[in-house]
Amino acid sequence: MNVTPPTRSHALAGDLPLDSGQTLVGARIAYETYGELAEDRSNAVLICHALTGDQYVASTHPATGKPGWWERMVGPGKPIDTDRFHVICANVIGSCMGSTGPASDGPDGKPYGMRFPVITIRDMVRGLVALLGGLGIERLHGVVGGSMGGMQALSLAANWPERAGRVLVIASTARHSAQNIAFHEVGRQAIMADPGWAAGDYYSSDARPDNGLAVARMAAHITYLSEEGLTRKFGRRLQDREATSFSFDADFQVESYLRYQGSGFTQRFDANSYLYITRAMDYFDLAEEHGGKLANAFARSRHARFCIVSFDTDWLYPTTESRHIVHALNATGNRVSFVELSAPNGHDSFLLPHEQLDRVVHGFLNG
Amino acid sequence: MAESRTPLRFDLAVIADAIAGYGPDRMVLDIGCGDGALMAALQGDSGCDARGIEIDAALVERCVARGLSVVQGDANIDLAEYPDKAFDFAVLSQTLQTATRPDLMLDELLRVGERAFVSFPNFAHWRTRAALMFGGRMPVTSALPVSWYETQNIHHVTIDDFRDLAREKRAVIERSWFFARERAISPVGANWRAEFAVFQLSS
Repeated sequence: MNVTPPTRSHALAGDLPLDSGQTLVGARIAYETYGELAEDRSNAVLICHALTGDQYVASTHPATGKPGWWERMVGPGKPIDTDRFHVICANVIGSCMGSTGPASDGPDGKPYGMRFPVITIRDMVRGLVALLGGLGIERLHGVVGGSMGGMQALSLAANWPERAGRVLVIASTARHSAQNIAFHEVGRQAIMADPGWAAGDYYSSDARPDNGLAVARMAAHITYLSEEGLTRKFGRRLQDREATSFSFDADFQVESYLRYQGSGFTQRFDANSYLYITRAMDYFDLAEEHGGKLANAFARSRHARFCIVSFDTDWLYPTTESRHIVHALNATGNRVSFVELSAPNGHDSFLLPHEQLDRVVHGFLNG
Repeated sequence: MAESRTPLRFDLAVIADAIAGYGPDRMVLDIGCGDGALMAALQGDSGCDARGIEIDAALVERCVARGLSVVQGDANIDLAEYPDKAFDFAVLSQTLQTATRPDLMLDELLRVGERAFVSFPNFAHWRTRAALMFGGRMPVTSALPVSWYETQNIHHVTIDDFRDLAREKRAVIERSWFFARERAISPVGANWRAEFAVFQLSS
């Protein structure tokens, strides 16, 4: 992984208290903004990124040179219109694109590695709220997130209910299921089984846990797609050959694709960050944080409007999980919209072109 | 909301007027809210806080796009998740006859709402009776335009049937409106003369 200095970085004014009881001292949060902040500071929209996302939501990624991860959604005249809104997207703590994470130097000047404290989704949001404080933004017009970004949006709405007027949660969940945790554990074990991982202390060594991280990404990537999508894209087609090779080469296109995804990922992501962020997602259970009842989480959120969106082929965070959230919001009299959109590509659908999603996002933020 | 509105359908118009008569800031649940026409009118004109349930994703999307709070769901199942008396009014327009169990649906309406509005096509209208009596086939009329094999109306109901159901449920019929050819008519002989009925009930 090549570390590129972020274009904007905010040093948190104070120490960041964490759910574990530990404190993150001298944390920095890297962020990007798009569009002008109105004089009355009322038009800020916070976009929360997913597990391996970053702050480059609508600008070129400095390490890969690829377009922003949601450029089709965010920009002038786009559904999240930067002619109207001041969009903020920040790298979460624990990540590796400029915000403080396990690859950052600890107080002793050496990379944290596994000395980095275990963090939660709420800790990430605590960092985002501290950033907003630093930017002088008291109240967001809206907070938007897909997948892990949706968890952050829910956590913000539950724990800082005065902070956001609109809460848009796409392809997400209020808790990680046993299946979700299981897939993440496969990824973590792949990383930790790689000799290059060296108990997380690999930053000054030539060996890196790239093989483990690539396998983790491959396994996770399968969960982001649907069977139908995989079949449509690859079927049983062979990769650059007429017949199977009776070997363990990437005979099938789907194998070649996953290997490519895995190795590409190691160029832009830190293995320890992957461990920490997947752990935070596994720990996420918004109901548990609020006395075991999800409805309690939203008891103070009455001034916000919610919109929950799921996709019919998403088996990672299926519609039933979104319905749990809607149920809890209805039970507490919150204003909530919910729609299950039809899309062939599973969990990844929220990142792909979808006209109905565009209309829902635009309508919800502007209505 | 700066969008031009078409006039409300006749049954929705009387429901909107009736709710407006109770003053602003009312909580309304519109079950089977379609494209949100009634909700938009109630929020825009009467200052109500309106919520909707709609099963069709495309219609939900249109509602969300116009700034309404609408949940995609099946009223037969999802009404159960709303707390008792969460709303001043629960509205069920031209949906009762499509419910799996209209009697249980009525229970739910009066549980979640202080008052309920129910509108439905009257199967005992003379034209329907005549079509069945003289044609010998399931009626297809302007009020019931879809053939028996593809209609969503799985529980046809008459005005007198509905009055009986309300009595069984000990629900009070506070007001009623009747329509033929989309115009209001007098209640005299409504079970013969009305194509549609709207009832306002309380428990």
